[in-house]
Formats: sequence, C-alpha cells, structure tokens
Amino acid sequence: MSALLKRRFVDQIKVMFGAEPSKPKEISPAAQQIHFYKKGNRDLIAENLHARAHAGHSNKWRNRRWATLIFANLLFTLSFFLDIQILEGALTASRFVGFHLIDLNSALQVMLAHKHIINNLLIGTGTVLVLWVLLGGRTFCSWVCPYHLLAEWAEKIHLYLAKKKLVTDQTMDRRLRTVFWAIFALLALATGYTVYEAISPTGILSRALIYGPGLALLWVLALLFFEVFFSRRAWCRYACPIGLTYGVVGIVSPVRIIYKLDACFHEGDCRKVCLVPHVLDTVIKGRAVEKEVPIGPDCTRCGLCVDTCPTGSLSFEVKGLSKLA
Amino acid sequence: MSDLDHDRSTDDALDVAPAEPTPRPSTPAGKPAVSIAKRQTNRRRVLRTILLTGGVLGAALSGFLPLVYAQKKRLRPPGALDEKDFLGSCIKCGQCVQVCPVSAIKLADLIDGVGVGTPYIDPRQQACDFSCDAVQCILACPTGSLTYHKPDFLPVRPGAALAAKPILIAKEKDAEPTLNLHERIGVARLTRPEACLAIQGKGFKGLTRGADFRGKLRYMSVDRWKPVKVSSHPYDVAECDLCVRECPVKGAISIETVFAPDGSKRKSPVIHEPCVGCGVCEMVCPVEPGCITVEAGEVWKI
Repeated sequence: MSALLKRRFVDQIKVMFGAEPSKPKEISPAAQQIHFYKKGNRDLIAENLHARAHAGHSNKWRNRRWATLIFANLLFTLSFFLDIQILEGALTASRFVGFHLIDLNSALQVMLAHKHIINNLLIGTGTVLVLWVLLGGRTFCSWVCPYHLLAEWAEKIHLYLAKKKLVTDQTMDRRLRTVFWAIFALLALATGYTVYEAISPTGILSRALIYGPGLALLWVLALLFFEVFFSRRAWCRYACPIGLTYGVVGIVSPVRIIYKLDACFHEGDCRKVCLVPHVLDTVIKGRAVEKEVPIGPDCTRCGLCVDTCPTGSLSFEVKGLSKLA
Repeated sequence: MSDLDHDRSTDDALDVAPAEPTPRPSTPAGKPAVSIAKRQTNRRRVLRTILLTGGVLGAALSGFLPLVYAQKKRLRPPGALDEKDFLGSCIKCGQCVQVCPVSAIKLADLIDGVGVGTPYIDPRQQACDFSCDAVQCILACPTGSLTYHKPDFLPVRPGAALAAKPILIAKEKDAEPTLNLHERIGVARLTRPEACLAIQGKGFKGLTRGADFRGKLRYMSVDRWKPVKVSSHPYDVAECDLCVRECPVKGAISIETVFAPDGSKRKSPVIHEPCVGCGVCEMVCPVEPGCITVEAGEVWKI
C-alpha cells in the first residue's frame, strides 16, 4: 500500500467515527494525470453522456442482498416454527447447527453490564468476530439486519416525498453515533443493565419475527416514521452502535468495494443511493489519491453503488484474491 | 455540464452564500469566517442532533425505569441468576424459549416491566414441569444467565440455596435422579387457604382448569417423554390433593393434618424445603383463582 493510501485509510477510519471527509493534501502523479485530463475534456463528457444513456440499471447486488437478508431471518423463524433446529435463537445470540454465534454489540453490552464472561459467550463472540472480520464488518448491517431492510424501504418513501418537496432531509452530526456508542457502553457498565438492548430495533425486530410481534414494535415504527418524514436513514446513520461495532471489526476485512478512477465520470449517482455517502467522498472530482482506492470501513457493502454506477467504476473486491483472477 | 456535476452534496451548495452586504465578523483562533446562513444551518443541525440524542436516550432510559420501580416480580426460568444479575447478563435471544418442551417460557414485552425480551414463566398459565429432565433452558443459555453453577463472585442469597439437589420424581428410578439445580427460583405458598378444597375436606372430580385450558403437563402414566394437555386428563379424587399429586419434585409438598384455630383437625397442603418454585401446583390448582401460588425470587424461611 502506498503512503498516500495509508494516509487515506487513516482518514477513512476517522470518517467512520464521525469526522467530515476532507480534501486530500497530496495526490499521486498517476491520479493527478487522470484528474487533469478529465478537466473540460469534451470528448470524455460526450463519451460519458453516451455511457449514461446506454447504462441499464441493474439490481443484481440488491436482489442478492435482499434474498440473503430475508433467507437469514426466515431461517431463524422457520428453525423455531418448524422445530428444525438449524439456526436457533435470535440475532442477538444464536446457534447455527450447534455453533454459538453471538452478536458482537450485544455481547459487549452483556460483558460490560454483567462483568463476567462464560465460555459459550466467548466462543460465540469469537465465531462471529472471525466471520465478520472476513466478510467486512458492516456487511452485517445490509446483508443480515432486518431493520436495514425496513429502513431501506422507508428511505425510498422519504426520497419520493422529498422529490415531491413534501419533506426535507434534516441532517445531523455524524459524530453522534460514536457518542451513542460510548454512552450505551458506559450506561451498561454503570447500571449493570443492558440499556441499549431495550431499544435496539435489530433485536426487537428479530425477536418479533421469531417469537411473535409485541408492543416493542411501536418503537421501531416510531423510528421508521422519523426516517420517512424528518431525517433520511437517521437510525443507521446517526445512532446505531451495532453498526459502529461491526465497522471497527471490519477495518481490516478483505472484502470491500474498490473505486477505479479512470473509468469514473463523477456523475455522483453512487453517492445518491448510498446509505453512508461520506465513504464515497473519493468519487468526488479531484479527490481520489490513487488510480484505485478501496472504500473505507464504514461501508456496508450493500452494493447499491455497484449496481448504480453507469461506468462500472465501483466493484466488489476481495483483497489479494482479485489479483489472482 | 451542469448535468454531470451532481457530486455536490446539498451541504456544499450552502457553502456558497449569497453576496453579503454586511462584513463578516472576524473569528478568533484564525478560523475561517463563516457566513450567517451557514452558521444558521450549523446551529439548526446542532439542535437537531441534541434533539435526537435526547429522544433516543429518553427511550432507552424509559426501558430501564420499569425495572427500577418494578412492583411485580416475575418468575424466571430455572437456574436464573438473582434478578439484577439476570437482567445484566441476559442477551435476550430466546434460546431458552425454543428448547422448552412445554413452552413455559415467554419473552417479556415493552409494558411487562421486567425488561424487554427477557424470559419469564407465568406458572398459572404454563408451569415448568421439568419434562425436559435436564433443564434444557440452562443448557441453551449462551451467557450464563441461567446456570447450574453461579460464578464465585455472585453470592447465594440466604434461603435461596437448596439443601440438596432436588430429586425429580419422574426420574426417581434412574441412576441420576436429581435435577442439577442448586438454587430455587421461588417458593410455593398457600395464599388463599380458605378456598383450598383440601382444607375444606372436599374432593375434586372433572377437569382442573376447565376444558379450554391450554397448559400441558407430563403425566408419567400417559407418556414418559410427551407432555399432554391438562384438559385431557380428568381427575376423580375423594380429597383434593392435585398440587401434591402433580408436583414433580420429591418431598416438596405434602398433605398434612393440621389444627384449625377452633382446634378441629383439618387436611392441608404444606410446602417443604425442597420446593424449587416450578409452579406446577399453581397451574393444577382447581379453584379459581388458584389458592396456591409461587412467589418469584422468594427464599426458604422456616
């Protein structure tokens, strides 16, 4: 990795904790050259318009992701409903054909609150840790979390209403998520009770799907209402500590989205569909420090940008493996 | 060109404030001056951020309040740690719910006031009858909220410890007849002795709890492994002793001869030290409301 990419990597981690993405101070000569030739290049723009006009919108990754998300949650439900015992438990903690799987944030809350760790808790946490370190931390969010799917639909309604000028997106300070993470960790430590678990929409929804709906769903509805009418994707963007925990875990993960500068025409379509557009600051004209830039750890690997990009500048990559292919 | 220049977020657009007639106030510490419009936007954003913080924290703490002011204790599954430790360690996954053969364990909802998603037993509706033999819920628990052995740093409340591992009547002839429990989850108590059929010297004939009752119980005479509905099992006893008859734990309850205040001899159910608080006596009691109940988290007092 070049020194520039290393610096960029550190910036990406800061951005995950809530810093605003900044313009790079230094750009590699190769990338500088591409940036230079893109400036006011009429041919390039014509080519770009052509590419856009002919780009068929794909839903490949979205469909795969929705299928995975629904399948995972359905497997929980069916395991209990039909008593087939493949995936027992809920998203907070479960057993997959006997292997303990424990959600990292729930485990953390319990460890902080109870201040005692038994073997099963450690084993389950370890399994999940290895799984998500390999797959990319925030993959959990977009590929497994049931709230993500509902929020994705709520986001569509929000964007429709925003287009009709009936609502506006009220943005907030992204550092709030880091603050919440710390607050909930401290609350668990101080009160000896897993305070966050009472309002975790992931846990509430997962239990509702498996054990039947309850009044706790009202809180989830309130969150969705807030997201539709006030702030786009507010919970995932500004509040959810689960996302941050997995983001930290996924810092070194080999699965990621890679951005190729030379193909990009900077339409910005990717940033419009992205749940975490701050991770795509690299695609802004003149920002990329290298010809290829991996997208940072706050990325949920949802693939919406990959589907949307009309020029194929964004794609999934497995570090190391893509060079073999 | 404007078509292609979409990568500006709306916030960037606000950077470009309209030409201002008033001079910008100079800012300390060499920070670049900020336009009035931008400052307003920033202030509103800070206010919104504070609002969201308050909202989420308020909701989180409101989930905590019912526990602080908990009026009603709920019966936790067997092997549960003491209430506060239980709440701290329960990960709310419901694996205990999934393994229970009689579906005695339920998960608490928002208004139950015992912690959203934590498991509890409502013994009058469905008691824990140890049909699983091995206390499966304890085996299923991934965090040690339900446990055979408490960790060393958690003290045993006086009276919560059982003098001996309880002997399961259903397994009495097995090599290992005991339930590996060390602490009780509650103690049964005769709460309405005046209504008790045994004390009145009455018998009981018919279905206890009626034909619509959905609770299940393991009847060894029917099937060793499959609990059946209580409503499929009619009784005909000359003197009511249902609570003693169906108690799964050896020596936990018996019918004794006691003296009434007027000096006359009466029969009455008496609870003994081995009672673990499973609630079967509460479930099968034929009077309405039941005259014997399990007091959750209660300890043995002589």
